[in-house]
Amino acid sequence: MLDAEFFRRWLTATAALVDREAARLTELDSAIGDADHGANLQRGFTAVTEALAKDAPDTPGAVLVLAGGQLISKVGGASGPLYGTLLRRTGKELGDAAEVTPGQFAAAFAAGVEAVARLGGAQAGDKTMLDALEPAVAALGASTDTFATARDAAGQGARDTVPLRARKGRASYLGERSIGHEDPGAASSALLLTALAGAVA
Amino acid sequence: MAGGTVGIVLVSHSREVADSAAALAVALAGAGPDTPVAAAGGTPDGGLGTSSELIAGAAAAVDRGAGVAVLVDLGSAVLTVKALLAEGDELPPDTRLVDAPFLEGAIAAVVTASAGGGLDAVEAAASEAYGYRKV
Repeated sequence: MLDAEFFRRWLTATAALVDREAARLTELDSAIGDADHGANLQRGFTAVTEALAKDAPDTPGAVLVLAGGQLISKVGGASGPLYGTLLRRTGKELGDAAEVTPGQFAAAFAAGVEAVARLGGAQAGDKTMLDALEPAVAALGASTDTFATARDAAGQGARDTVPLRARKGRASYLGERSIGHEDPGAASSALLLTALAGAVA
Repeated sequence: MAGGTVGIVLVSHSREVADSAAALAVALAGAGPDTPVAAAGGTPDGGLGTSSELIAGAAAAVDRGAGVAVLVDLGSAVLTVKALLAEGDELPPDTRLVDAPFLEGAIAAVVTASAGGGLDAVEAAASEAYGYRKV
């Protein structure tokens, strides 16, 4: 079973990974975007860890909803509402249960990813975060053993965005020139799944 | 939906763009100083980006009970307003994201709102601005 402490661990680990990888995310974003993805996510996840330390919500759903709200209000770029919606929708799907099974989490996370796709009007293959998130959703199952598989699937999905041509977001303005670069949103989504797998005790 | 004028919120990645678009729209519409138009441009510290706090504050400031029309420029401005609307309680009731060109739509929206049009009329006028071909 996964409790509020597990989800706090997940998000804190994501914040640490984003800190460590911020320069790489910004470098990816400078190739096909406006070079602020690392700094934006860093600001957002710093706010998430501060809010979680202050409020200490005691259910998985409340942890994710609080974190999502912080991302929407603090990021300032498109990654804020997108990641914010992902976490908040996932949290709302989990309701107010004190603990959830990995299978319940997998279903809630799938709903969160679906909400991101609706918000951005994107689908897999558009060279967005969905190219990492959708393979992860497909890999998540009824036990925490699947979290490592989801991590690997998200990482592979991110690398697979290199040859794609962007069809959504600022990179889509570049047309052909977006080909040959890893999508920064897919790369940061892979970090989220890396932290998830690492949070399993 | 009784009384009141429809409020207009202009959301841009840039504070200067949002402020200037609001000033231009009010001037061209011949609207009075009490016309509820608010700009939510850039981040709270004046940088480029979108701020959900500025958007929510602007929407609350122009809400006269007749609805609020929100016009946006690009990317994160669109996504942030949609995310706030999905939340349900962060913007005044009857707040609507209007699909319109930013500047032309803002002018049409302010003209219509200051002439007493309701939220549907404001939205229609702003969206119609897409149909105006320049060449």
